[in-house]
Amino acid sequence: MSVFITSLVLWLLLTKFTYSELLAGVIVSILVALTLRKYHGIKYDWKLLWRFIYYVFAYLPVFVVEMIKANFDVAARVLNPKLPLNPGFVEIKTDLKGEASKLFLANSITLTPGTLSIDAKGERLFIHWIDVKSMENKEKYISQRFEKLLKGVFE
Amino acid sequence: MSANVIIGDILIAIGAFFYFLGGLGILRMPDVYNRLQAGTKATTLGTFSTVIGVGISKPEFLIKALIIVAFVAMTNPVGSSVLARASYLSGVKPCDCTKVDEYKGGGEE
Repeated sequence: MSVFITSLVLWLLLTKFTYSELLAGVIVSILVALTLRKYHGIKYDWKLLWRFIYYVFAYLPVFVVEMIKANFDVAARVLNPKLPLNPGFVEIKTDLKGEASKLFLANSITLTPGTLSIDAKGERLFIHWIDVKSMENKEKYISQRFEKLLKGVFE
Repeated sequence: MSANVIIGDILIAIGAFFYFLGGLGILRMPDVYNRLQAGTKATTLGTFSTVIGVGISKPEFLIKALIIVAFVAMTNPVGSSVLARASYLSGVKPCDCTKVDEYKGGGEE
């Protein structure tokens, strides 16, 4: 049911409001909700709203700044004639427990300075890092900024 | 020409420039993993700034543009992670310049 409402609202935001669009949206949302029913349900409560507000105002600004920095960092590497690369695969530890928070951490890592998350096994995340600065305190460069904020959002 | 159209055009130009850098990065980088880095990083800002530029110069598309940005931000990193993992596990060698490899053997202990 909650999946149905979410997908219908998204559909209405993405299309113009006419009756034929609404009908098509209802049909598609029912199909989506039936398909996803056994996997996951979204629980609507005040906690979700609070999480959403916290996410938008505490996490997004940090994330957007980091993402823009990452873009300029990689752009500078691409434009540099010497192509300065120092890549390596590293393993970091994370304190986050939930599946969703680990997904968001991995996504944030992928979108920020020269790091690309490859795999997650339990509390270990494997990262391809374009510029390995040091083998100690890897977490400081890669994930620490996000972990605290995501803990606030999800746990 | 009103101000929001000019801002939108500037954002679209920035986005096009970052797409160019992404393509250049894919050409210049030595191996799959570094190419994926260039492909994800440079094109995310390219996509975001192009789509938001369209949303600003045509305000009736702004909500749709924000939803598109949210979906791209959620799906793009998942795609590149899966590509990198699949190519590692199917035995694509990283280039010789790679310094450390703690993921050897798929991360099994």
